[in-house]
Amino acid sequence: MADRVTEKIAPAAAGNAGGTGATAVTGRIRRRYSLLTRRDKAVLALMVGIPLFFDIALIWGPTVVSFFLSFTNWNGIGSPFDAKVIGLKNYENLFTAYPFFWPALQHNIIWLGWLMFIATPLGMFLAVLLDREIRGTRFYQTVFYLPVVLSLAVIGIIWKLQYAPEQGFINNLIGRTANDNLIDWYGNPDLNLWAALIATSWRHVGYIMVLYLAGLKAFDPALREAAKVDGASERQTFFRVVFPVMMPINVVVVVITTIEALRAFDIAYIINRGKNGLELLSTLITNNAISESNRLGFGSAIAVVLLVISLVPIVAFLTRMLRGEQA
Amino acid sequence: MTAATAATTAVIAQRRRLRPRRIALYAFLSAMAVVWLFPLVWGIYTALRPFSDTQARGYISTPGTLNFDNFTDAWNGGEFSLHYLSTLIVAIPAVILTLIIASMVAFAVSRFSWRFNLVTLLVFTAGNLLPAQVIIVPLYKLYTALHGIPPPLSDNDLLYNQYFGLILINVVFQTGFCVFVLSNYMKTLSKELTEAALMDGASVLRIWAAVIMPLCRPALAALATLEFTFIYNDFFWGLMLIKDGDRRPITSALNNLQGQFFTDTNLLAAGALLAAIPTILVFIALQKHFVSGLSLGSTKG
Repeated sequence: MADRVTEKIAPAAAGNAGGTGATAVTGRIRRRYSLLTRRDKAVLALMVGIPLFFDIALIWGPTVVSFFLSFTNWNGIGSPFDAKVIGLKNYENLFTAYPFFWPALQHNIIWLGWLMFIATPLGMFLAVLLDREIRGTRFYQTVFYLPVVLSLAVIGIIWKLQYAPEQGFINNLIGRTANDNLIDWYGNPDLNLWAALIATSWRHVGYIMVLYLAGLKAFDPALREAAKVDGASERQTFFRVVFPVMMPINVVVVVITTIEALRAFDIAYIINRGKNGLELLSTLITNNAISESNRLGFGSAIAVVLLVISLVPIVAFLTRMLRGEQA
Repeated sequence: MTAATAATTAVIAQRRRLRPRRIALYAFLSAMAVVWLFPLVWGIYTALRPFSDTQARGYISTPGTLNFDNFTDAWNGGEFSLHYLSTLIVAIPAVILTLIIASMVAFAVSRFSWRFNLVTLLVFTAGNLLPAQVIIVPLYKLYTALHGIPPPLSDNDLLYNQYFGLILINVVFQTGFCVFVLSNYMKTLSKELTEAALMDGASVLRIWAAVIMPLCRPALAALATLEFTFIYNDFFWGLMLIKDGDRRPITSALNNLQGQFFTDTNLLAAGALLAAIPTILVFIALQKHFVSGLSLGSTKG
């Protein structure tokens, strides 16, 4: 790997010339590269090559292996090469027979919808409110993003203190702690998804607020003033001037929200290991392939489904990045 | 001049009109702040009350006694000293290694042009965006099947159930994010810096260490703060790749603690707070770095 990178550095001029095309530019760059000694080139190759090797070995390699395993019935014993290739059987089983797949997918979609249309807009709204001259804005900001530093596992437990059937705040407040009328927020399969979503939002709202606030801080105040002078209301100013200019941040916010929804795992696992109403694609993978049984081929098929869905926000993000790169 | 005056009057007029809206704004924000603080405040209050006190008076009541017994009981019962130690053994080297490695990659791809610049950047960035569960099945097998990891790094020949294995996956996963942030940051530094140093005959390694790294200090400080909390808060890798309960870092250990303390909410509250306190302290002390780290990731440059 490293050797190949070294070779590529020498004729590298093309990259930086970037379309200007003039020979003068190429000449200048070539001179700059001639400044690099053989040793420098080797050092640069190692600087990139070694981390790249590990990135491929531990992230992209397993991604590809997951894909191939999904067509086998490997149970994890012995070599994966000895596993029987069973074609699309795992997928067929997943889509038609496995009872938890569609509920899990539905829960992931609800998770995404909730974050996208409730938590994320609330975070953006708070950012817009706090971006103005407000007394104590620092205090409010600190309060809203305090949960962002907590892990979702801790958050699951902190909210358990609200939700616990007999010892939690909510049931004590509304008087539903007796055996015949208590509400089991984390235990009831019709309620626990929503309970988990509220707890997740406690963190997500602050996260989005921080990101959006950073974008708003960079926003040119002259544009806002101009809109004001032209008689635009605050609402109009936001939707017609600020929001369109903030498009790059809006894309990041949407991408992050989507990825957070697909990654959701910790809080479901800490509540009940992602079962009984809290199935998610992520928890199905670990429950099938690692924690409870060793259907590695089947677990990989679920991983491939999650991968394919995840590629949508990832590609969206990379496209934006590439566009920025070319600009 | 007249335009400016008109603008000022318009602004003043608008301010006056906004008075009642201003009050509504403060009322809304204060209500939200109370809602936002409540779960934490309630957790602290519950943790400070002995179980017997809440059993006698109910959970929503004034306290008979307040003490730190739940914290000491949780600390001892949950073996917090062990788990904190595991966290430090994993998080500190992981953060340092991530920053060194990511800054090298970012340096190479942002200061020098070669054919695979963009591809490298894409590989790292995209790798960081993948859900960890997508790769866990083969990764778990790799960790449990790859033999020959030598003694100082592993006591069972494997990556599985080892601090080293956990550091490795954290570093690899987090490097992607840091490469993305640092390469954006380095692109804002003048190209002439590198060229001038090269003219003077400085080696690439020296330029990285003596020219670029010092200039990246603000970004590195922000990322160090952020990465410490990210790795401290890791639940998944510690849960999947460490088998021994007492070797797990504190966040992953919460899974077992929860089962152990489930009958006593007050004890559970104290345990959760103990696990949360280090990141809250980091946040209070280094809030600026934390926020600027998050913003660096989302806005370019």
